[in-house]
Amino acid sequence: MAIVEVRGLRKEFDEVVAVDGVDIRSEEGEFLVLLGPSGCGKTTLLRMIAGLEEPTEGQILLGDEEVNGLPPRARGAAMVFQSYALYPHMTVANNIAFPLKAQRTEPSERLEKVKWAAGLFGIEHLLNRRPRQLSGGERQRVALARALVREPSVFLLDEPLSNLDAKLRAAARDDLMEFQRRIGITTIYVTHDQVEAMGMGDRIAVMDHGKVRQLGTPEEVYHHPADTFVARFLGSPPMNLLEDEDFTFGFRPEHFLPEGVAPDENNRIPFTFFVSRIEYLGSERYLYGHITGHEETKVIAMLPATVTLPVTANRDHEFSVAQDQMRYFDRDQGVRIPPQPLRT
Amino acid sequence: MTTRTRDRYLSDNPRFLAGVFMAPTIIYILALVGFPFVLAIIYAFTDITTGSPDLEFVGFDTFRAVLADPVFRRALANTFWFAVISNLFVVILATGLAELLTRDFKGKWFVRFLILLPWVAPVSLATITWLWTFDSIFSPIDWVLRQVGLISENMFWLGRPQLAMASVITVQVWRIAPLAAVIVMAGLTAIPNEINDAVAVDGAGPWRRLFQITIPLLAPIIAVAVLFGVILTISDMSVVFVLTRGGPTHSTQVLSTWAFFKGIEGGALGQGAAVALFLFPVLVGITAVVLRLARRREVL
Amino acid sequence: MRPAWQRADVAELRTRSRRRHRLGRVGIYVTAVFFAFLAVFPFSWALISMFKRSSDLYVKANNPFWLNEPPTLDHVRLLFLETNYLTFVRNSIVVGLAVTLVTLLFALPTAYALARLRLRWGERMGIAIFLVYLVPPTLLFIPMTRVINYLGLQESLWSLILVYPTITIPISAWLLMGYFKGIPMDLEEQAMVDGYSRLGAISRVVLPLILPGVIAVIVFAFTLSAHEFIYALAFNKSSAVKTIATGVPTELVRGDVFFWQSLQAAVVLVAIPLALLFNAFLDRFISGFTMGAVKG
Repeated sequence: MAIVEVRGLRKEFDEVVAVDGVDIRSEEGEFLVLLGPSGCGKTTLLRMIAGLEEPTEGQILLGDEEVNGLPPRARGAAMVFQSYALYPHMTVANNIAFPLKAQRTEPSERLEKVKWAAGLFGIEHLLNRRPRQLSGGERQRVALARALVREPSVFLLDEPLSNLDAKLRAAARDDLMEFQRRIGITTIYVTHDQVEAMGMGDRIAVMDHGKVRQLGTPEEVYHHPADTFVARFLGSPPMNLLEDEDFTFGFRPEHFLPEGVAPDENNRIPFTFFVSRIEYLGSERYLYGHITGHEETKVIAMLPATVTLPVTANRDHEFSVAQDQMRYFDRDQGVRIPPQPLRT
Repeated sequence: MTTRTRDRYLSDNPRFLAGVFMAPTIIYILALVGFPFVLAIIYAFTDITTGSPDLEFVGFDTFRAVLADPVFRRALANTFWFAVISNLFVVILATGLAELLTRDFKGKWFVRFLILLPWVAPVSLATITWLWTFDSIFSPIDWVLRQVGLISENMFWLGRPQLAMASVITVQVWRIAPLAAVIVMAGLTAIPNEINDAVAVDGAGPWRRLFQITIPLLAPIIAVAVLFGVILTISDMSVVFVLTRGGPTHSTQVLSTWAFFKGIEGGALGQGAAVALFLFPVLVGITAVVLRLARRREVL
Repeated sequence: MRPAWQRADVAELRTRSRRRHRLGRVGIYVTAVFFAFLAVFPFSWALISMFKRSSDLYVKANNPFWLNEPPTLDHVRLLFLETNYLTFVRNSIVVGLAVTLVTLLFALPTAYALARLRLRWGERMGIAIFLVYLVPPTLLFIPMTRVINYLGLQESLWSLILVYPTITIPISAWLLMGYFKGIPMDLEEQAMVDGYSRLGAISRVVLPLILPGVIAVIVFAFTLSAHEFIYALAFNKSSAVKTIATGVPTELVRGDVFFWQSLQAAVVLVAIPLALLFNAFLDRFISGFTMGAVKG
């Protein structure tokens, strides 16, 4: 299993800078997620690793060997596209065998490997069908089987779950994770879905406008965001961010608790929370409103169903946040700064 | 510094492949279109004939001789008017045909087959059928008109200058309308169904829909159809050649036939080339006008 | 105005709309028949007269749309046995096939390059290739005749095979471009990641999928070759190398005598198969045009 590394990677398309100086080094066998909104450069980054785009500047290394200038077929990486890109004019078996034919594997060995790969994903019964006869989930498994049949050293995935029904997605995620853990192949996974990223990644690279804002474990990026972008991108509903005199502070909705529910500690920061609307979602309640002193900013609190304290709308309530759950950010850059005393 | 695909992997380099893929066509077109074009211009500045094939530069003499000829002036005017009038009719017919053929009805395949015949039959052959249809004695059109009592003696479709011109235009319209209809049909199928649905819900009837929605949306495609039609009419030689040979007394002469008669049958290659060269500005001119008109009505 | 379902005369509205709908259908049929008749009437007349006796045809008062005397195959026989018609047909087929092959060889790579490879001069190149149609054969035929003579190709089918692709390649490239654009880039890139070079990816994945486009080009190029008149007229004057486009109008006339019935037979026997072929592939042509337009 190879380590994937990019150094000082930059990609320009005419005037647009898609990737703006990225340095990442993966661990061996790691599941590394590239997370960000559309247009942030994550797919371009993946394509450069695959060899489908050449960088304007910088180096790409697979297994500590520089691969700049090598076409995709020489890099030993397997890739699954969002559309799965199954060859419509070939059967499933021939689709899976395709990479082996390219390597000029002996027909007998080919057959064995196709059966093995199909077996990994439970699609042996589909070998003689054509892609148009398959469901979304089946197509995804064929794409995976085809990618892994030649036992690559690196596995690249571009939003492979976004074409699936929401219900299928969770099951597919679980299958994929279990599979990756078993085989232990270094995987780079692109997605815009932060739930997916949190659930699957060993580490997450949060990207925006071509730059990596933070590279860390799910715990790190969620609880210790490096800047306001990361803070707002992870977490649903997103972190509440409010302006103080010369800095920004924030807290997550689930840390914003009412009097009577919050633990009785003395390092909690109090707020007066005017609740304007309550959403009851079964497993939790969302409280929308604003804080005294910051009437222009919408604030959301999230109470799990286990908290049964009644809350009425259209009045003030006393809420608080623990000091060590508060986050502080610089006003101009949005970068994380040490705790500051609140003026408002 | 952009990294380059290593030389060993030439068959992956997009720039290399693009060159290899396009070079043959570019060379071929330069050699067999570009070069003769230049040659035609050169000939027009010489007095070359099949009798004396040396290239003797004579300045504008050949052009002067050509322009002084009243037949040439007639041919130039005819080329222009035939193109404009024919394609006016073509556009109207084609839009109607296209609307018709996008609907479903029994026997559509057969109707489509019949409508395609004029376009698909080789031009010179299709024109031959019209030769008889316009015959001075046996014309079936005249027969029908005589039976109905509208005329007592034949019309001489190809014998009278005005009628001859109308006949040429008729044949051109008849053979080009199917192609234009196919092009417009392609445009009609590209109009998203949602727009038609929205129009139906908004309560507009078929006529309003045609004039206020369909035609404006089709404007760019109609422009393409007109362009094709104009190019086909102006660069055509066979209809006039087979139908009237430019007659009676050069009244239906067009640039292409006149160039043929002068250059190949008459042997005056320089003059023939000069006549033919006038096709270029006419084509470019009308193309530019059509494109500008189309761009102004740009909708989608 | 209140919505229709609230009005008292709802029943009458319903019948009126049904009647309008039926009139609409009738209208469509009438228009269809009208256009079909306009299109086909010279051919329908030709179809009848190829079997007409001369004693029937050359009588001014006789109904031209009907066989007033019993039909005869004499003129068709004359066409096949006493003229070079079959030679013309054979020549057209040979030229058509050769030109189609050449066209595909040139147009396929060109279309792929224009459709796929991001070139700065790509768009301009594409347009330039169609500017070829602004310099038509009727402009080039005089110098071209000299070029052909210089190459020694006059009075041979090779002159046509050499020159016809200038007409067929640009439009074929445009048609194929539409088809290439209709194939997602994903498939090619997947094939490259799976282990093939770009060329390998194209031949194994893209080409099989544009087979409909290739067929469309074959039909188109063949038809264009059969139509071409002026080059054929200018280059090949001897009967043995004429195509149907030039042979039929020039050779089936002896002096001032037109062998009308044979002439019409010659036309009908070519036009009908071509039209059948075209009709069968029409939908494919349209999808080729629209794909090119929709994807830019």
